[in-house]
Amino acid sequence: MTQTLPPWHEIVLNVFKANEVKLITYVPDNVLKPLINALHADPYFTCFATAREEEAVGILSGAWMAGLRGMLLMQTSGFATLPNVLASLPCAFQIPVMMMISERGTLGEFNVGQAAVCRTMRPILDSLAMEHHTVSRLDECEMIVDRTIRQAIMTQAPAALILSPLLTGGKVVAR
Amino acid sequence: MSETTHNLKRMYRFDLTTRLVAKLKQEEAVIGGIGHSNFDLWSAGHRPQNFYMLGSMGLAIPIAMGVALAQPARKTFALEGDGSLLMELGCLTTVAAQAPKNLIIILFDNGIYQITGGQPTPGLHADYVAIARACGLANAAWAADEAEFERMLDNALATDGPHFIGCKLDSQGPKAQTERDPAQIRDRFMRGMGTKKNRTLG
Repeated sequence: MTQTLPPWHEIVLNVFKANEVKLITYVPDNVLKPLINALHADPYFTCFATAREEEAVGILSGAWMAGLRGMLLMQTSGFATLPNVLASLPCAFQIPVMMMISERGTLGEFNVGQAAVCRTMRPILDSLAMEHHTVSRLDECEMIVDRTIRQAIMTQAPAALILSPLLTGGKVVAR
Repeated sequence: MSETTHNLKRMYRFDLTTRLVAKLKQEEAVIGGIGHSNFDLWSAGHRPQNFYMLGSMGLAIPIAMGVALAQPARKTFALEGDGSLLMELGCLTTVAAQAPKNLIIILFDNGIYQITGGQPTPGLHADYVAIARACGLANAAWAADEAEFERMLDNALATDGPHFIGCKLDSQGPKAQTERDPAQIRDRFMRGMGTKKNRTLG
C-alpha cells in the first residue's frame, strides 16, 4: 500500500509548528512561494520579508535569545551574502539561527551567476562547521527538517536546510 | 527635538550612554552595536539585559527588533553607530514595516569610523534622521543637546514606538573595552531576558 504524502511545503509548515518555530523572516524566492504564501496565511506564524538576509540573521538571533524560535527562508545567492554575520553572531555566540535555502544554480540552472554562487554554499557551511542537510526526497523531508531543527536548538548551534530541486522541482526556464 | 542637523551639539557617547542606563528601571533590553557603541554600554555599568555585539557590523537594530518581537512588553533599545547603520540601512524599512511599538533606536553619529583610526564615513552629507523618516519611521528626530536627549528618552519610554533618536557625537573615544566572551555574553543576556532560569554557579 503506498501512502500519498502531502507536498513538501505542507510538511515543512507542519514541522515548523510541531517545533514552535513561529517567526519566519525571508528574502523571497520563486520556489519557496507556496511555503511563504502558506506561512502568511496561517495566523500561527509571524512572517515578513527583510531587505537583506543579514538583517534576518540579526532578527532571528535576538528573537531566539528572548524566547521566540524562527527560520530564515532564502535562496542560494542570498546565503552567499552571510558568511561574516554567521561567523560573528550565531557561530560565535552559540545561537541556533536556522535557515532554509532553496537551491538554485544546479540541475538545469539557466543563470551562470546562480550556478557559480551555488558552488560556494556547501564549502562555506563546511568551513563554518555548520550542520547542514540537503532535502531531496519527499519521504525524508519531515525527518530531516524536524531532526535538524531539534538538534540546532538542543546543541545551540546554527543549521541550514537546503531544499534540492529534486524535492521542489526547482526553477526551470521554458524550453 | 529637531528634524534638521543645524545647531546640534556634539555630545560625549559615554555621557549619553550613562544617562540612558540611569533611566532604565524596568529591565529594558539594550543591544550595543559593534565597537565603541557597546564598549561604552559596558563601561556605563553591566546589566544582565545588555547584549554586546562582536562583529556582525550593522545588526544592532535587527537584533533589537528580534528581541522586541519576542517580548512585546519589554522596551528594547538598539545603540548603533552611523558607520554601522550605513552597512544595513535597509533594516530601517523593515522596522517601519513591522513597527514594533517597544523598539527604540539610538543613533550615535560621529561621522567617522573611530575604531579603525577615525576615517570619515561616506555619509558626510547624510542626515540619518531624514533617512529614517523617509523609511517610514515618523518618530525620528535629532537630540539637540543632553537635556533634550533625556526628554526624548522619557518620551520613548512612556509612549509607543518605534522611536529613532539621533545624536551627534564629539570625537572622544570609549572609556574601556567590553570583555570579549560571546558565549558568556549570550548566556547572561538570556538570563536577563528570563529565557534561561536555572541557577548558575558564581
